[in-house]
Amino acid sequence: MTSTSTTGPLQPTGAADATATGGDATPGRKEPRTRGSGGGLGRYLLVRFLLIIPTVFILVTVVFVLMRATGDPITAAQGGRLPADQLAERIHQAGYDRPILVQYGEYLGNILQGDFGTTLSDSRPVTEVLTTFGSATLELACYALLVAFVVGIPLGLVAAYFRDRTHDALLRVFAIACYATPVFFAGLLLKLVFAVQLDWLPVSGRASTRSEIAMRQLDDPTGIYLIDAIRTGNGEVVSDVLQHAVLPAIALGLLTAGVFLRLVRTNVIGTLGSGYVDAARSRGVRESRLLRKHAYKPALIPIITVVGMQVAMLLVGAVLTETTFEWRGLGFQLSQYLQARDFVAVQGIVVLLAVIVAVTNFLVDVIAALIDPRVRY
Amino acid sequence: MATTPATTPRRGWRRLPVVHQLRQSVGLQRGMLIAGLVLTGLLVLTALIAPLLAPYGYNQLRDADGPFGAQQPPSAEHWLGTTVGGFDVLSRVIYGSRTALLVMVIAIAASLVIGVLLGLVSGYFGGWLDRVLVVAADAIYAFPSLLLAIVLAIVISGGQSSMWGGVLAAALSITVVFTPQYLRVVRAETIRIKSEAFVESARVIGASNGRIMTKHVLRNATRTLPLIITLNASEAVLTLAGLGFLGFGIEPTKAAEWGYDLNRAIADVTSGIWWTSVFPGVAIVLSVLGITLVGESLNDLADPRLRTRRASADVQGDVAATSVVPGGALTVPGGLEGLEPGTEAAR
Repeated sequence: MTSTSTTGPLQPTGAADATATGGDATPGRKEPRTRGSGGGLGRYLLVRFLLIIPTVFILVTVVFVLMRATGDPITAAQGGRLPADQLAERIHQAGYDRPILVQYGEYLGNILQGDFGTTLSDSRPVTEVLTTFGSATLELACYALLVAFVVGIPLGLVAAYFRDRTHDALLRVFAIACYATPVFFAGLLLKLVFAVQLDWLPVSGRASTRSEIAMRQLDDPTGIYLIDAIRTGNGEVVSDVLQHAVLPAIALGLLTAGVFLRLVRTNVIGTLGSGYVDAARSRGVRESRLLRKHAYKPALIPIITVVGMQVAMLLVGAVLTETTFEWRGLGFQLSQYLQARDFVAVQGIVVLLAVIVAVTNFLVDVIAALIDPRVRY
Repeated sequence: MATTPATTPRRGWRRLPVVHQLRQSVGLQRGMLIAGLVLTGLLVLTALIAPLLAPYGYNQLRDADGPFGAQQPPSAEHWLGTTVGGFDVLSRVIYGSRTALLVMVIAIAASLVIGVLLGLVSGYFGGWLDRVLVVAADAIYAFPSLLLAIVLAIVISGGQSSMWGGVLAAALSITVVFTPQYLRVVRAETIRIKSEAFVESARVIGASNGRIMTKHVLRNATRTLPLIITLNASEAVLTLAGLGFLGFGIEPTKAAEWGYDLNRAIADVTSGIWWTSVFPGVAIVLSVLGITLVGESLNDLADPRLRTRRASADVQGDVAATSVVPGGALTVPGGLEGLEPGTEAAR
């Protein structure tokens, strides 16, 4: 799916993939540019795009087979609570007593038309759930990415520069701790300290009731509270919305920040040891400039690749973070449907999230290919 | 625990993974590796002797003096206090390690066997099977494991919380997500190794495919496995906890599970009751931290760029080939990508 660029831009492109694919292992710094020319990009993008189809197809099939392997959603939701004849009646109405292949065909057809099913508990189309609550999840994910960039990249630079010294050791332990702490535990701890003990920030939710009302009066609310709050033109509402976002964003952002920190560290260590940095140093370029300009920029490319992979992690993290902070997004909704045993809704949201992950990975690969010619082969 | 073969004495034990790396490591890296091994060892030990350590049962609500009472702060009788349900926090934290270890063992065993087998066959024989497996692996690879665990929990237990339902849901979803990773690395290694002269020699002598695959290829393709096993283990713990936190874990009367206890503690936090959430959470963090530290150190020691402070330019040619997860273990899902990039796209 992705590229050699994870290994850092200035290492030989070939070594790993050459052994696997029998490609050209010759390391070279300028060579790939010439090698990759000749319509490689278009072909790469096409192949990559076509690969989404089997990916999504397999995911949808796996979830469908799993969900239906043991029974139908109505029995699962109502099992034991309804008399047998009523249960059979409702199963028949919903069409769950037809042959499984027929249902599968219908399911695929519906998904192709963008119909991910209708929830059992509140009879809403799953796509409507997505449009209603997706913006909240998107907003949270954006804040979290921001935290991850702001925390992860500078700290990664510091760790690389002070390699194997105290700073580096502490930062690496910090990065590992970021990964080892489940987002919901981080969230609970932050809540405990900053919301309950110190009482600096709100405990949960996306905004206080007053702000919610103010934003509801807008003609066409976007659902992204920061934008809506700015549109109300009321400074208090904006600060209220931002205050609510701080703890969830940190809880979710630190997870990714750890990954960025390590990645920047590894890649900057790689580029700092390379010839052109030595050359620049011998020309008398200052150390700070070396770090900021020469070693840092090429080390950023792998970050882009990793952002794509982080989308999956962010989405799962968002499900848990939203539950922790009662942030009313897709993840919070998913856990609500889980509690309500509404498995049609769960299946719909899970498939939808999987499709989002697959498509995002594609987009990230496209960006990586545009930036780094070596990806195109 | 597969990461501690250090305790199995046999001939040539110095060459075993982990032991070999422990001898090879110096300074900070050795410290990290030892810290990781100690934490992991503690987890395993706690799980094994939980009944001896825990003052009460994980589902015990009362003793001779009457009920424990709900949300009691830490005291002499209950060192870590009691939960909202009236259970002893310390006992549940200790017993929770059993559930976590069980999930880890099942997940590792299943994905190791399936992944290595498929990777060997896929890499050795190639052809359409190889392509199908690689595409399928890529598809599943991107699937968030927690979502899969939710689906599997519904399938296995019909949404009813039970001990085996929760354990198997977490373990199997991790199996599904991690099998492609084993497949990838073993497949890449197999393709590399099968073109080596000694494999050719074996074939000339008349060794069967099965013998070549097990004796010659598999033996040499296990280099990267210890690291993936550690990732696999930590991901298993996190997924189990995540599932429990969504309220989909294991009933407190069936087994102790840290994530579920954290879920029950959400409301406690708001009213300033800290002991019900902090201790199970710390248990999760220490478990994952221990395993991850081991994995990290293994990765660093396998990567000459990260191992020593010698000029990394000298070894650049080897870097990509030897680095198990170039960005470090934590870039997973995705870190393993660099090993064998976009094969199908390259074709």
